[in-house]
Amino acid sequence: MAKRIDVSGLSAFYGSHRAIDDISMTVEPRSVTAFIGPSGCGKSTFLRTLNRMHEVTPGGRVEGKVLLDDENLYGSNVDPVAVRRTVGMVFQRPNPFPTMSIYDNVAAGLRLNGKYGKSRLNEIVEKSLKGANLWNEVKDRLNKPGSGLSGGQQQRLCIARAIAVEPDVLLMDEPCSALDPISTLAIEDLIGELKERFTIVIVTHNMQQAARVSDRTAFFNLAAVGQPGKLIEIDETERIFANPSVQATEDYISGRFG
Amino acid sequence: MASTTPIDTPPAPPAKSSPGGSTGRMGDTVFSGLSKGSGILLLVIMATIAVFLTYRATLAISQDEGNFLTTFDWNPAGDPPVFGIAVLLFGTVVSSVIALVIAVPVAVGIALFISHYAPRRLAAPLAYVVDLLAAVPSIIYGIWGALFLVPYLDGLNLWLDQYFSWTYIFDQTQPGVARNMFTVGILLAIMILPIITSVSREVFLQVPRMNEEAALALGATRWEVIRMSVLPFGRSGVISASMLGLGRALGETMAVATVLSPNFVMSLHLLDPGGGTFAQNIAAKFDEADQFGRDALIASGLVLFLLTLLVNGAARLIIARRKEYSGANA
Repeated sequence: MAKRIDVSGLSAFYGSHRAIDDISMTVEPRSVTAFIGPSGCGKSTFLRTLNRMHEVTPGGRVEGKVLLDDENLYGSNVDPVAVRRTVGMVFQRPNPFPTMSIYDNVAAGLRLNGKYGKSRLNEIVEKSLKGANLWNEVKDRLNKPGSGLSGGQQQRLCIARAIAVEPDVLLMDEPCSALDPISTLAIEDLIGELKERFTIVIVTHNMQQAARVSDRTAFFNLAAVGQPGKLIEIDETERIFANPSVQATEDYISGRFG
Repeated sequence: MASTTPIDTPPAPPAKSSPGGSTGRMGDTVFSGLSKGSGILLLVIMATIAVFLTYRATLAISQDEGNFLTTFDWNPAGDPPVFGIAVLLFGTVVSSVIALVIAVPVAVGIALFISHYAPRRLAAPLAYVVDLLAAVPSIIYGIWGALFLVPYLDGLNLWLDQYFSWTYIFDQTQPGVARNMFTVGILLAIMILPIITSVSREVFLQVPRMNEEAALALGATRWEVIRMSVLPFGRSGVISASMLGLGRALGETMAVATVLSPNFVMSLHLLDPGGGTFAQNIAAKFDEADQFGRDALIASGLVLFLLTLLVNGAARLIIARRKEYSGANA
C-alpha cells in the first residue's frame, strides 16, 4: 500500500548531459507532493526516475538512490518492470490503449500481473472506474473503445487503469495540461480522494493547481539553459506559497520569472 | 502591407487572366487539368483492360465444350475445345496461401526486430538488405529456386513425408523432385517477404511513443509492450501489407513457371509434383497458342483479375471494420 519515498543524491543523465543534479527529498505516504518549476528544470525527468521510466529513453541513466520504504529501486537485483508495477504513472496526454475497450484498458495492468477470475476482474474494474469517478459515465459502454471518450474522461480512464493494480505510489506528469477547466477540476477532486489510499506525486505548471491539491510542494530550478536542474526547496505547500525560505522560489511563484 | 492603409481595396485581378478561369491563375488551371486528366486516364485504362479481357474471354468461353469453371483440363486446340480453370484457380490460391502463411509471421518478426529490438547500428543495414530482396528480378528467383532450392527441398520433402504424412497435406503420394506447390509457396514467400516487412516496419515505427509508454508504465515487458501497443496499432497495416504481398504472389509468373513442373491435377498433397497457376499457365502456353487458345488464356487472366479485385476488396473491408479501434483518433 501507500509507501514513503526517500530519494538521496539522485542525478539523471541523457547520454553525457546531466539533466538533474544531486536531488534528495522525502515524500510522505498518503499525501500529495507537487513539483513546480520552469520548463526544462528536470521535474518531469525526476518524476520518471521514480518508476525507472527515465532509463527507457535512449541514453537515459541514473545515479543515486530511491528508497520505497526500505527497498532501493535502483538496487542491482531489482527488475525495472517490477518497479513499474508498484509505482503507477499518469501522463501529460491521456494515452488509453486505442485498440482496447474501456473495460480492457482498466484490466490491462491486472492481466499483466497475473490471473484473475472473470468476476474478480469485473469487481476490480468497477472499483477502479468508481475510484476514478468515471463509472457512472461509462458503465453502459464498457465494451466501447476508450479512444471514443472525451479528453478528460480518457485521463480519468488512465487513472483508473493506473490504480487498478493498487500501486504503492501514483506519479502524475502534468495530468491536466491537455484538459479544459471542468475536466481539470474533476481530476483535482479525484486527486484529493486518491491521496487517502496512495502516495501521490504530481508535476504541474499550474501553481494554483499545486496550491489547491498538494500538501507539500517542491520547487525545482536550473541555473541556465543546459545546466542541470536542481531541487531548490521542498516544504509544506502553505509555506512555499506564503513564505518560502529561498528568494528564487518567491520570485518564481510571484511571477517575476519562469 | 495593404491592409494597414485606411482604404482597403480588394486586390486587383492579375493582368493576364486566362479566359473563363475565375481566379486566372495559370498554374492552378494547368495543374488541376493535369491531375483531373490523370484520374480520367486511369479510369479509361482500367475500363479498356476490363472490356478487352471480357470481350476476348467471352469469345473463348462461348465455344468451350467443357465447363470453364470445373474442367480439369486445358486443351483449347482440341476438337472439340475443352478447357477449365479449376486447377489453375486452386493452384494459384494454394500457392499464395502457403506463401502468406510462411511470409507473414517471418516478415512481422523481422519488422519488429528492426523497429524494436535491433540496436540502431544493425537496424538500418538490415532494413536495407530486406529492401534489396525486392529489387531482385523474379526470373532470378525462379532460376535460384530451380537450381538451388529444389535440390535442397527434396530432402525436406522426404522428411516432411516421413514424419508429417498424417497431416494429409504433407503426404507425398507420388515420388518426384520438389517441383511442386510447396516449393512454389516457399519461393513466393521469399519474394513477398520484403514488401510485407517494409510496410509492417513503417507501421510499427509509427506507433506513438505515448502508447508504448502507457504499457511500460503498467509494468509491461518488452514483449508485452509489443503485444499491447505495437501489434494492435499495426494490425491494419500488417493486413494491408499482407494483401500487397498476396497480390504479388497471385500474379507471380516467371518464378513459378521456372520452378513448377505443371500438370492439370488438383491435389492437396502439396508435395506431389504438378499443379499450375493462372500466370504460370499463361506464360507457358501463350507463345505456342493460336488465336483461340490465346482467347482461352485471356479468359483465365480475367479470372485472375477478378480474384485480385476480390482480395483487395476483402482487405479493405477488414481494415474498415477495425477503424473504430485503430490508433488514428488516439
